[in-house]
Amino acid sequence: MTAFRESVEAMIPALRRYARALTRDADSADDLVQDTLVRALRSERLFLGGDVRSWLYTILTNLNKNRRRSLARRPQFMPLLDNNADASGTEAEGRDIARALATLVEEQRSVLLLVMLEGLSYREVADIQGVPIGTVMSRLARARAHVKAVLEGERPALRRVK
Amino acid sequence: MTDPRIPVTEDELHAYVDNELPAERRGDVEAWLSAHPDDAERVRSWREMAEALHARYDSVADEPVPQRLSIDRLAQQPRKWMYGAIAATLLAFVAGGGAGWLARGAAASPSMFQNFTVDALDAHRLYVVEVRHPVEVPGSERAHLQQWLTKRCGWDVRAPELGATGLKLVGGRLLPGPTGPASFLMYESASGERFTIYTSRASAETTQMLYARQDNDGALFWADKGVGYVVSGSSDRDRLTQVARLVYDQTEKTGG
Repeated sequence: MTAFRESVEAMIPALRRYARALTRDADSADDLVQDTLVRALRSERLFLGGDVRSWLYTILTNLNKNRRRSLARRPQFMPLLDNNADASGTEAEGRDIARALATLVEEQRSVLLLVMLEGLSYREVADIQGVPIGTVMSRLARARAHVKAVLEGERPALRRVK
Repeated sequence: MTDPRIPVTEDELHAYVDNELPAERRGDVEAWLSAHPDDAERVRSWREMAEALHARYDSVADEPVPQRLSIDRLAQQPRKWMYGAIAATLLAFVAGGGAGWLARGAAASPSMFQNFTVDALDAHRLYVVEVRHPVEVPGSERAHLQQWLTKRCGWDVRAPELGATGLKLVGGRLLPGPTGPASFLMYESASGERFTIYTSRASAETTQMLYARQDNDGALFWADKGVGYVVSGSSDRDRLTQVARLVYDQTEKTGG
């Protein structure tokens, strides 16, 4: 296996995590990762060095944008109850965060996840989204404020329900 | 050196949490936070948010990678459905009297086939479901449509008459193709069955006809005089062949 393929392969777990958080649906997420990998492998000869990691996140982020555009014409099937067994110890908190993510606009969700979950730098995220660093920082600030508000607003409500 | 008396900004608080702050300013921010409980509470909430994200999604990264994402598999079969289908050239054409042209060209290279058919099938799937705006220019303006697409694409774009197969021109649109503009024509039968014809500049002069299938859609692809054609529609190969044959005959006559 080429070094290129090895570095792509090493990224699959992280890409799946990012895609899952981005789409909040296991099947769509893996579809997205598969399309990302196919596109990356197809472009192997076009890849002239550089950071494979950023490049893969860029492909995935762009594909997700396209996917959402085409989803607009199809009904989207979402689980009615988010009973995912893969939420670990802080399960309740995990579900809250998934729900809070769902309320973010696309660009903000992407910035939030790339920075907070995937640990990318502001510079890398700016390149991935094709925007200035200032835009990344304002998206991040708005996303954090929004998620914080949702989480704080939701907790008492949940307690009442339970 | 930064001045600790300069108030810490919101941007700096974020940068502090994300380890993007210059090292010499970190101490200032920490001092600021111990004096400003509201900001300290926000920083704490952002850290909790990050922990919640990891708690919720790190397990996905720890799962074994599903087989369909195996890199070896994907590298071997960039698009599984396509290579299975590539072998299926159109014997019907030979039998049906189109024998001459079939033998003429070299086989299409996979990359060319791939680019074209993937783009054409994507366009097909995207637009055939459109009820109100399937096309930019309606079939009632056939002459204008042909003129416009010919002018924009740079080769002679003709909307073939497919009445013999029960298909009527819905209209067409201009699309971005793999190497420049592409023309896209849509046809419809009385029962609502839709076929599309996609053309774009091809790297190969002439190729034999190839069949590809994805889910419920099928496509026939060939290149002629430097222009690639993809006829997409029903995955029923006989029906598709019937339509493609008619398209081929007419573009051949008009000099496509």
